[in-house]
Amino acid sequence: MSDLAQVSPRAFRWARRRASAAGFWRSLRRDKLALTSLVVLVLFVVLAVVAPWVSNRADFNVINTGDNPVWAKPSGQYLLGTDNYGRSVALQVLWGARVSLFVGVAATVLTIVLGTLVGISAGFFGGWIDAVLMRITDWFLVIPFLPFAIVLASVLGRSLWNIVFVIGITSWPSTARLVRSQVLSLRERLYVDRARALGGGRAHIIGRHILPNVTPLVLASTTLAVPISILTETTLAFLGLGDPTDVSWGGILDQARTAAAVTTNRWWYYLPPGVAIIMVVLAFTIFGRALEAILDPRLRDR
Amino acid sequence: MSVLELQDLHVTYRSEGGPVPAVRGVSLSLERGDTVGLAGESGCGKSTIAAAVLRLLPKGTEVSGKVLLDGEDVYAMKPGRLRAVRWTSAAIVFQGALHSLNPVRRVGNQIEEAILLHTAVSPRAARTRTGELLVKVGLPADRAQRYPHQLSGGQRQRVLIALALACDPKVLIADEPTTALDVMVQAQVLALLEELQREQGLSLLFITHDLSVLTTTCERLAVMYAGRIVEQGPGREVFAQPHHPYTRALAAAFPTIGDPASRMNPAGLAGDPPDPSALPSGCPFHVRCAVATAECSSLDVGLRVAAPGRSAACVHVEAAHV
Amino acid sequence: MSEPVLSVTNVQVQFGGGSVRAVDTVSLEVGRGEVVALVGESGCGKTTLIRSIIGLEPLAAGSIAVEGRPVGRGRGLRALRRKVQMIFQDPTGALNPRHSIYEAVAEGLRIHKVKGHEPTLVAEALASAGLRPPERYLRRFPHELSGGQRQRVLIAAAMALGPTLLLADEPVASLDASIRGEILALMRSFVDTRGVSIVAVTHDLGLAWNIADRVAVMYLGRIVEVGPTEEVLRAPKHPYTQALLSVVPEIEGLEQQILTGETPDPSRMPSGCRFHPRCPLVASGEAERLGIVDRCRGVDLELEPEVGAHRVACHAVRA
Repeated sequence: MSDLAQVSPRAFRWARRRASAAGFWRSLRRDKLALTSLVVLVLFVVLAVVAPWVSNRADFNVINTGDNPVWAKPSGQYLLGTDNYGRSVALQVLWGARVSLFVGVAATVLTIVLGTLVGISAGFFGGWIDAVLMRITDWFLVIPFLPFAIVLASVLGRSLWNIVFVIGITSWPSTARLVRSQVLSLRERLYVDRARALGGGRAHIIGRHILPNVTPLVLASTTLAVPISILTETTLAFLGLGDPTDVSWGGILDQARTAAAVTTNRWWYYLPPGVAIIMVVLAFTIFGRALEAILDPRLRDR
Repeated sequence: MSVLELQDLHVTYRSEGGPVPAVRGVSLSLERGDTVGLAGESGCGKSTIAAAVLRLLPKGTEVSGKVLLDGEDVYAMKPGRLRAVRWTSAAIVFQGALHSLNPVRRVGNQIEEAILLHTAVSPRAARTRTGELLVKVGLPADRAQRYPHQLSGGQRQRVLIALALACDPKVLIADEPTTALDVMVQAQVLALLEELQREQGLSLLFITHDLSVLTTTCERLAVMYAGRIVEQGPGREVFAQPHHPYTRALAAAFPTIGDPASRMNPAGLAGDPPDPSALPSGCPFHVRCAVATAECSSLDVGLRVAAPGRSAACVHVEAAHV
Repeated sequence: MSEPVLSVTNVQVQFGGGSVRAVDTVSLEVGRGEVVALVGESGCGKTTLIRSIIGLEPLAAGSIAVEGRPVGRGRGLRALRRKVQMIFQDPTGALNPRHSIYEAVAEGLRIHKVKGHEPTLVAEALASAGLRPPERYLRRFPHELSGGQRQRVLIAAAMALGPTLLLADEPVASLDASIRGEILALMRSFVDTRGVSIVAVTHDLGLAWNIADRVAVMYLGRIVEVGPTEEVLRAPKHPYTQALLSVVPEIEGLEQQILTGETPDPSRMPSGCRFHPRCPLVASGEAERLGIVDRCRGVDLELEPEVGAHRVACHAVRA
């Protein structure tokens, strides 16, 4: 027992975390599709992050493109051609990644925080708190999304943050329901009883037993919520509800439509943002499903 | 001829961590109208034997040795023959009555299904027979209309017994039939099994971890440890005068109420039941054995005759009878 | 007897808004260093009773005091919970699968802010529960241990807080037979070395014989017989206790009295003596002969007033 005198409780925690991270990586490595998705995601994130260093946002401001050729086909100079104002489509897609990913992640964070908070409160405390919170959740769940978003966007004005807000406020109820059902089952576990018998209060039980057990579920559902948020942003931007001063993938599609790129067969204008959306959404979804399978013990085969 | 005979049965499961020998050479015979008890702790292989008799083991499991049902080797049967034999020659009463019944179907329908599957009778006759079976296991015939969750644990166990009797099997294998039940209900179920066995000339293979249950129900008793039978003999004798140190410890674990020796003196065995995938060398029991000698860690003895009708797998048995 | 460690007075616990009386007017005292076995079938209220002692079930009536101090709500509850610890039937479920053994034992120490070097306290607790050397277990997770080892971890975690009362809910029912004795011996050793008192809930009369000083037999929310283990188990007075003993396979010579009918359901409480629908004395006509059958069917009764240590709730015994 002498060597124990020097051991700190923190060392045990770190050892455990290292072991679980290693186990997670082992399971992930077996799933090639998920690994590919992860690579795609990392690629897009890196592109979005480095955009300001490799290019200039001002390069595709309409006032700066006077000399550029209009509707140029993809070439060495313009990797993905130019649009009806002579702006480089490649640059727009690159900068659009920043907006789309930001909105996707920010809206998801809002969704998760709200949903987890409501889900844990409702599931853990039960009774009238549960009843009230769940009725509110149901109310948000049945709001027809598009009309609500259009109204909110016109009331609040068209900005990036408003889009984040609109998506977040309409998509947290499903997370809340998911978390609540998990908490309801966790609450009845014997080890929660034991923690209460040991003298642990509510904060202790939520912090030590409930939260760590819903986190994997929430994490997995996060990666599934991001693509939905990206698609929602795309939809809103396509409908002209996006931030007019910013360029997002949905916004590009909207402009391609106004410029009649589809009917005049200028595929390089509408295809690249579309493909980018599909790739990111698909990658997030596949990775999310894999994550769910690894982290949720109920889906694990053993 | 025995209705059920196991000859040097070996069962090895396949797992990610390598082969797991669950049963390592068990020979056992069950005569007509006989009750044989199989006792042991978790992981000793007793439930594997139940599944092995009807070839219900998971795919890829290695089986060697013979399982003879009425003289016919179960592992040489064609699939059609095997299906016919299952439930008509031998039937199993599983533990955990809630999980072996389909929760969304009435219990009567589940019994009728078993009858219709194996015998050429009309649905009406099957229904009548279902009613008779329920009465036989001590339930009112109208319980056929209930769903499993509407029955108590004891009633569900009775339904499972009725289900096992549906096709008049010669052999009934009861795998922990009373484990999850209250003492009084357990006594009811045991009495029912005994009565059925007596009235119908059933041969009963009774598998349980509870040695004390077996001593009163079984004429013969086999105690398993680490995939082998370590002691065999008449139920009462094995419990009262065990030859194998493991049986001795197991018997002592069930105190005799009123016996001053066990008062305020719980007896147990140090260590844990062995992990079948990592058995100790020599006699697998030697690491927990109070009377182990130096040779026990390398020498693994088979069953030896200890007394008339008794055998045990222990080096000390021979020493006592030289 | 000095001041009792636990005194339960006329306690009632109800479920379903009062429609089910799981525990119905129960009184029990447990002295220092005493082991009491609470025996009965499922649904008799024995588990509910000990859960109410530790505050996991609210009382509908009556009071519970530990070392003379009444168990209430709020601030006092935490201090009480250090004095009263509990171990569970299913050690697998009672351990959070994500927590290492170290964390499982340290959890209580942290909740009660026990002074001292935490790793040393944890190691000492494990060693005292027979997990030696403790260093080998600290980093492991529950699924890497056997059932018996898991139960030892729970006992270690409970005893680490230095309780005066240990509640045990079927402590060995889910364990292999050969492990059973070791765990019981461990529990008994804490009584002898540290003076802890134990209330063990069990359906296993052998457990009572093995470690208990006194036995209380419960039926449908009531204690129907209580007394020193030797007296209750060797000379039971209540017909229910007699029937329970007769179906224990190890006892020979006793004629089996298998009670018919289901395990009683507290949501359908019979009139009169709760046991009368299943009572062999009523069924055999013995009660009629004694002239008490009307009282059996119509008059509810509690334990007879204190005359000796061995008390029964039965009209026939009083007749």
